[in-house]
Amino acid sequence: MKLPADVVSKKNGKHTIQPLSDPKIEAKDLDFFYSEKKALSDVTITIPSNRVTGLIGPSGCGKSTFLRCLNRMNDIIPGTRVQGKILLDGQDIYAPDMDVVQLRCRVGMVFQKSNPFPKSIYDNVAYGLRVNGWKDRREIEAKVEQSLRHAAIWEEVKDRLKSSALDLSGGQQQRLCIARALAIQPEVLLMDEPASALDPIATARIEDLIQELKKDYTIVIVTHNMQQAARVSDFTAFFYLGQIIEFDRTEVIFTNPRQQRTEDYVTGRFG
Amino acid sequence: MSSQSAALPRSAGARFWKELLFQIVCIAILAGALLILALLLTSVVVDGLSRLGWEFLTGYPSRFPERAGVLPAVVGTLYVMLLTAFFSFPVGVGAAIYLEEYAEKGGFGLGWFSRLIDINIANLAGVPSIIYGLLGLAIFVRFMALGRSLLAGALTLALLVLPVIIIGCREALRTVPDSIREASYALGATRWQTIRHQVLPMALSGILTSTILGLSRAIGETAPLITIGAITYVAFVPDSLLSPFTVLPIQIFNWVSRPQAGFHANAAAAIAVLLPMLILMNAIAILLRNRYQKRHSQ
Amino acid sequence: MRLLPKSFKANKRERGIELFLLFCASVSILTTLGIVAVLLFETVDFFREVSIVSFFTDTEWTPLFAQKRFGIWPLLIGTILISGIAMLVALPAGLLSSLYLSEYAPDRVRRVVKPVLEILAGIPTVVYGYFALLFVTPLLQKFLPGLSGFNALSPGIVMGIMILPLVSSLSEDAMQAVPRSLREGAYALGSTNLQVSFRIVIPAAFSGITASFILAVSRAIGETMIVAIAAGQQPRLTANPLVPIETMTAYIVQVSMGDTPVGTLEYKTIFVVGMMLFLSTLVLNVLSQRLRARFREVYR
Repeated sequence: MKLPADVVSKKNGKHTIQPLSDPKIEAKDLDFFYSEKKALSDVTITIPSNRVTGLIGPSGCGKSTFLRCLNRMNDIIPGTRVQGKILLDGQDIYAPDMDVVQLRCRVGMVFQKSNPFPKSIYDNVAYGLRVNGWKDRREIEAKVEQSLRHAAIWEEVKDRLKSSALDLSGGQQQRLCIARALAIQPEVLLMDEPASALDPIATARIEDLIQELKKDYTIVIVTHNMQQAARVSDFTAFFYLGQIIEFDRTEVIFTNPRQQRTEDYVTGRFG
Repeated sequence: MSSQSAALPRSAGARFWKELLFQIVCIAILAGALLILALLLTSVVVDGLSRLGWEFLTGYPSRFPERAGVLPAVVGTLYVMLLTAFFSFPVGVGAAIYLEEYAEKGGFGLGWFSRLIDINIANLAGVPSIIYGLLGLAIFVRFMALGRSLLAGALTLALLVLPVIIIGCREALRTVPDSIREASYALGATRWQTIRHQVLPMALSGILTSTILGLSRAIGETAPLITIGAITYVAFVPDSLLSPFTVLPIQIFNWVSRPQAGFHANAAAAIAVLLPMLILMNAIAILLRNRYQKRHSQ
Repeated sequence: MRLLPKSFKANKRERGIELFLLFCASVSILTTLGIVAVLLFETVDFFREVSIVSFFTDTEWTPLFAQKRFGIWPLLIGTILISGIAMLVALPAGLLSSLYLSEYAPDRVRRVVKPVLEILAGIPTVVYGYFALLFVTPLLQKFLPGLSGFNALSPGIVMGIMILPLVSSLSEDAMQAVPRSLREGAYALGSTNLQVSFRIVIPAAFSGITASFILAVSRAIGETMIVAIAAGQQPRLTANPLVPIETMTAYIVQVSMGDTPVGTLEYKTIFVVGMMLFLSTLVLNVLSQRLRARFREVYR
């Protein structure tokens, strides 16, 4: 697939993002409120299929809030409100007839702090299958193994699937959480600073894993760490004060950004 | 300068004695409370020991204190406890789940309603138990025509302990971190699946603790059951939900109120039957709670 | 293989469960409505036959005698007298023990004392009644020869002991909520433990402590079995703690123990007295909650 050179153009003094050739998710004029406070304004972005899209920006800039809009995770926080549209394969996920549960099966999520359930390793991965109606024990077993292999943790845990997930190290726990998300076969994988609590070695393993996974999944990753964004993502969006300042191919953002604020941020002058 | 430094040791000494005296007073009060507890227990055991025995446990009430037993009261207490648990446990846990997991987090959009329930439960917890008795008398005994039955008694006590259970269960549910709920939702679980498979198992020990505490309060209650007319002289074991009944506290009240010393000994012996049940329940609840508190503070 | 979408049936199930849970939560509202309706119904009925003026001005309460008089004061005064004695015991002792547990006690002591206090709070009131009538009253009679077998003093003291754990644990919670920085500031200025306790912790936790005191009063007013057993059943307008009296709660027990036919004036009196009891404890509880809410806001 040929990537478009320019994804941003200037129209009426406002930056808008041109649709990509193979869009997976499109956000259009998205506003988001926590009660009265506006956390996102006018976010428009097209996230391409089977690529890694990184979201960067200083803390409180709205990048995590935006990520959590993509699987409607913000729904469970009282007092939140959304305006605008998010299309997944052209279908508005905030439409009234959208089944949120089904949406979350299609758009999986890995959290900042690894949050395995206080159950066995096996049950952690099998949980998503069971709540989605899988009954056959053999099918579940096969799927659990496949997911753990896919998340590159099978070799480490295959002999102790029945022991508690809480006994794993931080990096292992995070990979388990990825395996858990993969088990229900999502199309998109959202990752909210998945390596922020991990040591460099565990972080490297997660980053390798992300490169592996993008063959099969569309990945959106929030990261605080600019080197990480440069390493893992194909596209990068820079968020600042609830808006997207710039969105482009990663090498453009890091080597030749159009916006002064982007340059200031990626060169470490603020943030 | 010199006068100041000379004053220092003296005032330090006075300070020392004041501090010490205060601590001694405080410890004396606490020790007094504990001593009273010990005194209460021993005086009861001493008074009741002569009566306590197999015949007492398996006997029926009698006009003669030395022939009287507590079987109907013990069985009545157990039945009432089971029935009260049957009604109050599901409703109490259900109410707590609604308030913590639905109302707060976007349920039917009845924010004002759940706030009302909130205030209401706090107030209900402070209503004197005898008022619940009047409620039970008017609604269950008269209006629903259940009579002065086991069922009416258990329903009354279930309403009485509901606030205790709801408040305790809500606290237990609050100890479950939101990250677990989010993880479950992110895997496509519905709200109820999340509650059923993740939240409830994690809050279980807290839920059991508050239920046990609520039930131990129920089996110690006397006033509301007197008000709905639990009978003090029951010479049979209740055989249906609608049969008349008595419970240990009422039997104790009845015996204490008689002038003869023989009945007082019976009362003491009945207390010696009731108290271990209660202390055991409370101790289990407190142990269970300390354990899950420790686990969550780690 | 793609996962099947959740069926419509599953959605309906979710809604059904939510409705059931909503019903569970509503039971508490129904309980309150039931209490108010039942008390109001009989009270209104009662005041059709008895003038509300004489109810609040008459000084005698004799509904069970041939010569019926319906003055609430003897029951009110009896209730206030016993609650007052209980507070004389529970408030100072509760305050000091909470202060000790919060500011002085080593962890080891707290770990033992707190559960024991909780067990003390879990003993049924009928047992405390036994204790008041058959243990404390005879003991007091050795020092106070004028003390009758039924009196206000002994159940008052025992009720105070019963309420002590409540005061102690709620006040301690309030003191624990006082930020450490306040204490450290005072210690840094050379204050003693005692000075910090009385000049910093108690003033800072004042509304929380007051809330626990008010709750204790409400508990004392509603307490039934201790007084029904040990205070007697003679409604009497007196401040003398040595003679038999009757409280509102004890009166309800007295009538319930008898065979009062439904619908008679005597039957209605217990609901009227219940209404008085309900209103007074409600006012105190609301007051206590307000204070506690204010206290929580300060230290959030």
